[in-house]
Amino acid sequence: MNAAAISVENLSVSYGAIKALRNVSFTAQPGVITAVLGANGAGKTTLLRTISGLLEPDEGSITMAGTNITREKTEDIARRGLGHVPEGRGVIGEFTVEENLRLGAMAAKVDLKAGLAEQYEQFPVLGQRRTQHAATLSGGERQMLAMARALIAKPSVLLLDEPSLGLAPLVTVELMETIRELCDAQGLAVLLVEQNAKSALRIAHHAIVLHLGSVAANAAASDVAADEKLRQYYLGLAE
Amino acid sequence: MIDLLTSRVMGDIFLGVTQGVLYGLIGLSLVIVWQSTNILNFAQGAMAMFATYVGMTLLEHGLNYWACLAISVAAGFVLGGATERVLVRPLYGKPEINSIVVMVGFLGILEAGAIAIWGGTSRMIVSPFSLSYFQHNGKTIFLSPFAILQIAAAVTVMLIVAGLFRFTKLGLQLRAAALAPEVARLLGVRVNRLLTLGWALASAAGAVAAVVISSGFEGLTPTNMDVYFVFGFIAAAVGGLESPLGAVLAGVLIGMLQQFIVDYAPPSWASFSPVLILVVALMIRPQGLFSKQRVRRV
Repeated sequence: MNAAAISVENLSVSYGAIKALRNVSFTAQPGVITAVLGANGAGKTTLLRTISGLLEPDEGSITMAGTNITREKTEDIARRGLGHVPEGRGVIGEFTVEENLRLGAMAAKVDLKAGLAEQYEQFPVLGQRRTQHAATLSGGERQMLAMARALIAKPSVLLLDEPSLGLAPLVTVELMETIRELCDAQGLAVLLVEQNAKSALRIAHHAIVLHLGSVAANAAASDVAADEKLRQYYLGLAE
Repeated sequence: MIDLLTSRVMGDIFLGVTQGVLYGLIGLSLVIVWQSTNILNFAQGAMAMFATYVGMTLLEHGLNYWACLAISVAAGFVLGGATERVLVRPLYGKPEINSIVVMVGFLGILEAGAIAIWGGTSRMIVSPFSLSYFQHNGKTIFLSPFAILQIAAAVTVMLIVAGLFRFTKLGLQLRAAALAPEVARLLGVRVNRLLTLGWALASAAGAVAAVVISSGFEGLTPTNMDVYFVFGFIAAAVGGLESPLGAVLAGVLIGMLQQFIVDYAPPSWASFSPVLILVVALMIRPQGLFSKQRVRRV
């Protein structure tokens, strides 16, 4: 049996005396979107930041395609093929669109010309604005740039932290469709952190629900969407 | 044409440019540190001085001028890298005042250390290029072979730095590491190494300026780089802290203005004039005259 793209076991993380994650365990498979849901402060962003090495766990382990990456440096984890689009997108406003993309391609040592052409085909608006400073882009365009910058490195795992934050509803729908298409076409393992549970569950195959740092549910996205208790108490999706 | 070159105005321009490129070189080294770590290095001049004293020591053991230059630049490179690793790294993410206090303290340590090791008197490196001004029909052209070397050195370092930041992968990664270190790490950039490299490169560029200064009439003392630092800082601020070209051009502007004031106004105004340029330039264009940024965090 092939190793999971990401496997998290008994992960605990603290900010000083405050426990942000408690014994979190789950796996993410290639070609599968796993939605990570929960209220503010549930530990969603902490989970992603710990997987990508920005935070150090107290206990537990993280493996990527069978390799233990628990204490590895962030840059080394990225070079293994983990793309992370952080909350707020993290595009470098002082750089042009193309400089942001070039930066994304550098460490991965991919063919830059082919990579740029591919991303401009996937996100045509970025091609039109390639010489523009990223600070001048709209929220939706910035999100596209952040995703393109992660994708140009050909990751096997993609972590997306609140990609719909601040976007208009129509743009959010388009963005979610794009994420689903990319996952299906490239066989990516996607961990999608979203406040907008409805949008996330619409495209996700699987979902985990965090509550105060612990896993409250770990099931197929359709099952989570149908569970009235989860919808009501943890996701704010009461009928 | 030759008469024009020997005119009073051209004399002021030549002398101003020759002095101004030195401010520009120090400004340039400040730009490198700013571009790669977003820190203003108040010990930049003192680090250049210290590295040059190391090169001078070896010169006294029989090495030639170019070997001295190479060793001073290498010493600057090592000193800059070591400073980042030991002193600066713990300051990242801390309030900006911390780095200012630490670097001003380091400036004092370097100057006191240099006085203790090499004494406080001025030392010169004898340049292979003449310091004597060119003459024509008994008139002086205020330009010497050494002054031409001085200008060429500044232009060369400026072109290398500008090319590095603008056109190379390394330059893009250096800028990313300074602007958004966490994002750069998420993209696989080895940020810590680049921060060290940025400081090393800046210190090496500063050493070029100090070697040139120590080859001139003034020579080098443990403290005379302080004045160059102040004017270099003004050049970097006026030029725009993101612009290597801007730092050098602003340095030249300051040098020329000082020279014209020395020639046409009470000389005591000369040291005041760069501050006036800084105030006026920042009122007109707060992000610096040559910066592409619309706003800059300070």
